[in-house]
Amino acid sequence: MTTPPPRSPPWKRLHPLTPVVRAGRIVSVLVVAFVISNARGHADNTAGIYDLVVVVIVVAAGVVRWLVTKWTLDGATLRIETGLFRRDSRQLPLARIQAVDVVRPFLARVFGLSELRVRLAGSSSADGRLAYLSHHVATDLRARLLATHHGVDPDTPEPAEQTVATVPAGRLIGSVLLSGGITFVPSVIILLVLVRVSSTAAVVFGSVFATYLFGFVQGVWRRISSLYGFAVADAPDGIRIRRGLLGTVAETIPARRVQAVRLIEPFFWRLFHWCRLEVDVAGAAGREERSGRSATSTKALLPVGSHELARHLIAIVIGEPQPTTSPPPRRTRLKAPLSYHFLSAGHNDALVMAVTGRVRRTTTWVPMVKAQSIRRIQGPVQRRLGLATVHLDAAGRRVQAEFRDRSVDEADRLVDDLTSLSRAARKAEEVRRPLAAGTAAPAGWFADPSGRHQMRYWDGRVWTDHVRDQEMAGVDPL
Amino acid sequence: MRCLEAGVLGALIAVGVGAAAAQAGVGAGVGAAGGVVVVTGVVLRFLRNRFRSWAYQERDEDLVVKRGVAFRRLSVVPYGRMQFVDVTAGPIERLFKLSTIKLHTAAAATDARIPGLERDEAARLRDQLASLGEAKAAGL
Repeated sequence: MTTPPPRSPPWKRLHPLTPVVRAGRIVSVLVVAFVISNARGHADNTAGIYDLVVVVIVVAAGVVRWLVTKWTLDGATLRIETGLFRRDSRQLPLARIQAVDVVRPFLARVFGLSELRVRLAGSSSADGRLAYLSHHVATDLRARLLATHHGVDPDTPEPAEQTVATVPAGRLIGSVLLSGGITFVPSVIILLVLVRVSSTAAVVFGSVFATYLFGFVQGVWRRISSLYGFAVADAPDGIRIRRGLLGTVAETIPARRVQAVRLIEPFFWRLFHWCRLEVDVAGAAGREERSGRSATSTKALLPVGSHELARHLIAIVIGEPQPTTSPPPRRTRLKAPLSYHFLSAGHNDALVMAVTGRVRRTTTWVPMVKAQSIRRIQGPVQRRLGLATVHLDAAGRRVQAEFRDRSVDEADRLVDDLTSLSRAARKAEEVRRPLAAGTAAPAGWFADPSGRHQMRYWDGRVWTDHVRDQEMAGVDPL
Repeated sequence: MRCLEAGVLGALIAVGVGAAAAQAGVGAGVGAAGGVVVVTGVVLRFLRNRFRSWAYQERDEDLVVKRGVAFRRLSVVPYGRMQFVDVTAGPIERLFKLSTIKLHTAAAATDARIPGLERDEAARLRDQLASLGEAKAAGL
């Protein structure tokens, strides 16, 4: 008698309309090309036949791909299998999720479909994409993935959220035009002057300007359409971001997956007291991916908004008291006369905060836990002045908080302090980190992992602040 | 290894200056020869300083790498943050049984590279770093 194989959940397919949506883009391009060639009068049937052949091939490839792609949620792992000739089967451990996105391009939205993207840390080849699922399946799956990620019963419905910030359309358009207008307005003025002075120069400049204008309009359109209707919501399972005009994107960043937060204040925006907030999340996606190195993707947490709103969001995302910052010594003026007025930096036990910039001010926050390395750099000019710069690097290409141009003594002390503080933060995080779902012990009293008390309460997911020493109960945060 | 690099550089400079001298005429050639000696000396000194500035220290929890003369850089990389360790040896390095070790973290800015290690030392360091990295690995 053979033992029955362990019951594995059934494999599921993507939505049957997937090939249509996938082919849709190419078809629309071909239709446009066909219309143009017809309008020009070269309406010979051969071109139309070629187009038809291409469409048939694309649709056939899409159908085959749809047939061979299957996915299933098996406990704490999402499995995706695809590929006809080269089988590609991916196992995505949900404990390592960095972000979950539901992306809906315009055409998919028309058919009520969505793409689900799961990002893990590491190279983008480790990402999982399910394109396309019907929208309710995608949102349901997202809720399950996040619930499993947090070690809760997967059938828990998506927890309620609280909208924290929205961006009015008028402000968004204004801000996009304003940041583009820095080059746009002078160009128009130059053009007008040239028209008065000499017509040939105006023609030359005008043609350059037209090219520029084309790019400008495209860029403005892309930013507005991708950020339109921007809304940030805070939910127990993470930060949720929704945006998009024609195609929409809904991103979820689980709590404590933020590598760094940046507050950017471009020059012209400061007139309106506006600022932009960006967060860096480990795990590359789409175009940001580069050469296999683990990259981060930058997400707008607030494309444009007031400082109070930004401060509120920062508190939610990093949730720590702000460190006090101090400016570098006055002699820094000699080395960095243009940026001295912005330079300042500081840290507390959990957070590093640094301000840099010449024309636009950039404030960066990096949690100590996320520090990847600490660097101290001293150039020849800095050595003359007795200064040095200390960097705290977080995961990503250029994600770092910079203590720029501090005095040498302070820099040396900083290197030691940051090293030990980040180590302590990592240790604390390790104790606190929830176990992968399925392996977690049931809730109860266990020996305190920090060693400070006899027992500490484990709620089935994380260590709580409740401790006990010989029947004396108390509260001591880890 | 650095000495060899210097030698190659010096020879290149000598050839360059020599060619220039040949064009300028034989009289200038003698002066140029003196110039070659001086330039080679300066380059050698620069490379020697550069070589001497490299230093690394294995501490309990992290690796410290120091380098640079004009721009002095010091990197502290916790073992738990290492993603992988690269050991490379170029043709010249292989000739002298040397290797270069490079540590990678999730941050692209981390520049912990130790060049010119004896091959055995490089292998030891690699294994040491790999095992320490595994023991102390921390989540992103």
